[in-house]
Amino acid sequence: MSKIKCECGHVNPEGTVLCEACGKPVEGNQHIDGNDKRKLLNMRYDGSARRSQTYNKSIVDKTWNFFSSVKVGVWLIVLALIASGLGTIFPQEQYIPANAASRDPSIYYESQYGILGQIYYQLGFHNLYSSWWYMLLIALIGISLVICSIDRFVPLYKALKRQRPRRHTQFLKRQRLFSETDNTTDDDKAKLITKLKKKRYKVHEENGHILAEKGRFSRWGPYVNHIGLIIVLIAALLRMTPFMYLDEYVWVREGEQTVIPGTDGEYHIKNKDFILETYDENDPRFQEAIAQEGNVAKNYQTNAVIYKETGEKVAGAEPKLEKVKEEKIKLNHPLKFDSYTLYQSGYQQNEFQSMTFKVHETNDPDEKSLGSFTVDLTDPKNEYNLDNGFSVTVSQYYPDYEMDEGEPRSKTNYPRNPAFVFNVNPPGNEESEISFVGIGRNVDATGENDYKLGIENFETRYASGLTVRRDYTLPLFIIGAAIFMIGVIQGMYWHHRRIWLHPESEGMMVAGHTNKNWYGLKKDIEHIIEDTNVKMVKDQQEIE
Amino acid sequence: MNNNQSKSNKKQKKRNRLIFRTVVLAVLLAAVVYALVSNLTQDETAVKAGTEAPDFKLEQINENNERETVQLSDLENKGVMLNFWGTWCDPCEDEMPYMQSLYPEYKEKGVEIVAVNLDTTKFVVDKFINKYDLTFPVPYDSNEEVMNAYNVEPLPTTFFINPDGEIEEVVEGGLTLDKIEGYLQQIQPEQ
Amino acid sequence: MDSLVGISSTMLYTAFILYLIATIFFGATIKENKKQAKKSISGKIGITITIIGFLAQIVYFITRWMASGHAPVSNLFEFMTFFGMGIVFAFIIIYFIYKLNILGLFALPIAMIVIAYASMFPTEIAPLVPSLQSHWLYIHVTTVSLGEAILSISFVAGLIYLIRQIDQTVRSKRTTWLEIVLLSLFIFVGFSVISTAFNLSGYSAEFEYTFNGQTTTTDYHLPPIAGPNEGKLLTGDRMEPLFDAPGWMQGVDAARKFNTLIWSVLAGIVLYGLTRLILRKRVGAAIQPFLKKAKPDMLDEISYRAVAIGFPVFTLGGLIFASIWAQIAWDRFWGWDPKEVWALVTWFFYAAFLHLRLSRGWHGERSAWLAVGGFAIIMFNLIAVNLILAGLHSYA
Repeated sequence: MSKIKCECGHVNPEGTVLCEACGKPVEGNQHIDGNDKRKLLNMRYDGSARRSQTYNKSIVDKTWNFFSSVKVGVWLIVLALIASGLGTIFPQEQYIPANAASRDPSIYYESQYGILGQIYYQLGFHNLYSSWWYMLLIALIGISLVICSIDRFVPLYKALKRQRPRRHTQFLKRQRLFSETDNTTDDDKAKLITKLKKKRYKVHEENGHILAEKGRFSRWGPYVNHIGLIIVLIAALLRMTPFMYLDEYVWVREGEQTVIPGTDGEYHIKNKDFILETYDENDPRFQEAIAQEGNVAKNYQTNAVIYKETGEKVAGAEPKLEKVKEEKIKLNHPLKFDSYTLYQSGYQQNEFQSMTFKVHETNDPDEKSLGSFTVDLTDPKNEYNLDNGFSVTVSQYYPDYEMDEGEPRSKTNYPRNPAFVFNVNPPGNEESEISFVGIGRNVDATGENDYKLGIENFETRYASGLTVRRDYTLPLFIIGAAIFMIGVIQGMYWHHRRIWLHPESEGMMVAGHTNKNWYGLKKDIEHIIEDTNVKMVKDQQEIE
Repeated sequence: MNNNQSKSNKKQKKRNRLIFRTVVLAVLLAAVVYALVSNLTQDETAVKAGTEAPDFKLEQINENNERETVQLSDLENKGVMLNFWGTWCDPCEDEMPYMQSLYPEYKEKGVEIVAVNLDTTKFVVDKFINKYDLTFPVPYDSNEEVMNAYNVEPLPTTFFINPDGEIEEVVEGGLTLDKIEGYLQQIQPEQ
Repeated sequence: MDSLVGISSTMLYTAFILYLIATIFFGATIKENKKQAKKSISGKIGITITIIGFLAQIVYFITRWMASGHAPVSNLFEFMTFFGMGIVFAFIIIYFIYKLNILGLFALPIAMIVIAYASMFPTEIAPLVPSLQSHWLYIHVTTVSLGEAILSISFVAGLIYLIRQIDQTVRSKRTTWLEIVLLSLFIFVGFSVISTAFNLSGYSAEFEYTFNGQTTTTDYHLPPIAGPNEGKLLTGDRMEPLFDAPGWMQGVDAARKFNTLIWSVLAGIVLYGLTRLILRKRVGAAIQPFLKKAKPDMLDEISYRAVAIGFPVFTLGGLIFASIWAQIAWDRFWGWDPKEVWALVTWFFYAAFLHLRLSRGWHGERSAWLAVGGFAIIMFNLIAVNLILAGLHSYA
């Protein structure tokens, strides 16, 4: 457990594999990187002491060492990979199709996928990605990221900072690229140095020993990208707090106005118009495809106005409103105001807005209208007086009519299938007649009515479904992603190349190392030794 | 001397490392626990038993009742049974007669029954009120503002609010006569 | 308008033929000895023809874009074609870094398999649904497919490495797995062959079946081995299905796709079997002698280098651009849609690949097997997720 003093005089931390300064393999530590069994030196982390591999005492140290292992990290990644894949075998709960016979997950999975679906549901895989164990898995990857990075960055940084141009011959001989030339001149050496500089290598010299280095910063790439990932994970964590992230949904009918949920009643939205367009089936470009696949939607759009409430507010009390914004909300064109964003995300087509009825004589085959009236379905009146002296009173109204155990009732709150019970009072005080009228229904209660009501006309309207979002964590995600990209490009598109020139009696040893793209390094060396006596390096990698 | 110094140095270093590792692990652990806990508690509504009932003001549409508007804060010192309902909703319809039958008695005892309606047309509400001869106030919340403020999901949902304005109980789904009476007694002001 | 579409499809066809010719020239480089290889003439001709082919395909892309008014990456045909083009592009880049002719002999056929496969899907220009009407369509799709194409080159190099290195003198687990990998390439070819054959003969059989409580019809262009679950054959004098597709197979035309899959596998197996019969040895063993000249170190490095180049591009296109667009179009940047999940799986996989290689020293054969695995995941995401796992991305 003591520090290791190398013969070059440098004192290395315990656990060092290759002396930080001269690279001489430290005796007794070669098993750590497997150098004892191979001809070439393992150069990862430049043979520096990864502390995790040297201590193993308290629980804290043990936990630390566990997460510090790349092996553990890779296992966690593999487990996350498998778990993620599992979640796509059957749809997640949120993707159960809207037209499924039952959207209740306890029924859906079994009825659609049989026993396997049942098992899938019982294991909780229908909500896999928000399950505690999946989140734990991702969190463990995060922990592993932090600890692995800390444990490797510091020693690598120190080792690269402390490296000296003069390297131990053992170190050089055991590099993948190596050559030894017996006779070289000073002129040769000078040529090499000029060419190295031309190739934009940084050349360090110590007593005639040369270290030419290029692209060291690419070694920091992995740590930079890990920082980016950690920021992304922190953002994901923050997103769980309700303040940082808001997700609501609101339906607004055409012509109506409503409060935007999640804004504490501060903002209202008015749907001036909802537009649904489809592609023209005669468009020569798309004719063929439309003929095969049927009509294709072209646009969903809500013409919206946003109002802000001013003055003190009490939920439900008539508010004072101030127009903030008027805009078209389309798919791919959300509307932003304050810190909120509204997205076009659904629509309802089958809602009626008004219906016009006509009165005609029951036995008139032409059903000639004697008079008509229009019912506003959002606000039906009790009585309608017709021009011809008839009056019609509304005795019952079912916005979404259905028969339930022999009783008429409304299935929902919305006028999707409106039906009425009318009392028709002909002029001249005759007895009133009862009529039941709905879509495709016209029932005469007694069968003896002289007059009949028919639907002459109706207007439908759309209801637009909008998602309301507020997400303060987005900038953090963007920063994290940007840092990740910088790090990954830095690490992947640049290479850390080092060439050592080691004068030895009359000749010279040349060794080279890179973290990737050996082919490129070889080409570099080939170029710098041109026109000199120096031998080309040999690739000593054992062919597997 | 030198040896001793390096030994104590080493001890110091070791302690520092232990502290560093402990702190990092503790922070990471805290983050993980926070993630798991907040994930598990995400679905809970903010308006729940034990919290103060949010104030609201709505137009009152039951012609059998003398109020023109209902504002919750005006009902201070009274118990309030705050029911959210719609005419199309079956279990809502089932519990209305029970509420009506208990209303006169408990009004005397200082408990107000407030049934917030969520229909889109007043017409059907009027018909409904007449069908069951309801006399308690029916505030009209057709754009679901108060419903959202209370985070109501299924209908009916009923909040029993004590005279201090605090929610005693939240019940999702229909209630029986006995149950309503039990809860009403809970929020009845002391005589 | 029609002329543009005409030019477009001619150009795609031209590109395909040129890739084929280029492959032959790259094939000719095998016979050259080491000295010739440095200044290989057939290699030069090969890469020139490849570049001309690539340009022809770019003309296809641009003319189709002009004709439709949107970037032609909006359905499976267009996307897969673009992916094939991406593979060629990635090959050209890698070729100019490493000048390895043998790579063309494998990369181009794989690009061709992909393009041929793509042409089996409906090729009509379809209008863009609202959710795709965004500049992000081509920003996202082009980056992601370029990333995947570069990663595919890693597979190509890995595959050459495996064929070159695996000991073929005895049968082993490794030779078997290698044959399975090769067989799966045959299955893609089988799909194209069988589809073309029945398309030319004009085969069609219509079925009626119930799906989600609605009665719909589906048109089979291959004889039904597996018919729709409880479906009814409407077209006369056609063979009755041998069996019904299982009821749990959901999604539009699930049964028809399943039937196509059966046909492709059968055709692939037949093609593979015939090849084995002619060669009288394992396909890998038959190719191996031609690869003796390729240096395994070089193949290993190319395989790794392709991942190093492709991984950032894939992350940018498949995760970051994808998230930005999803945030704009679907109000959330991440929604665990199957396609998104599989992009994440791909990303996890290559992250593991890089860690295993850099920190755990997985080089050579292990690294090559990983490259094959990564390609399998990419192809799964491109094909199976669209066809089998219904989701927001299933536009075919």
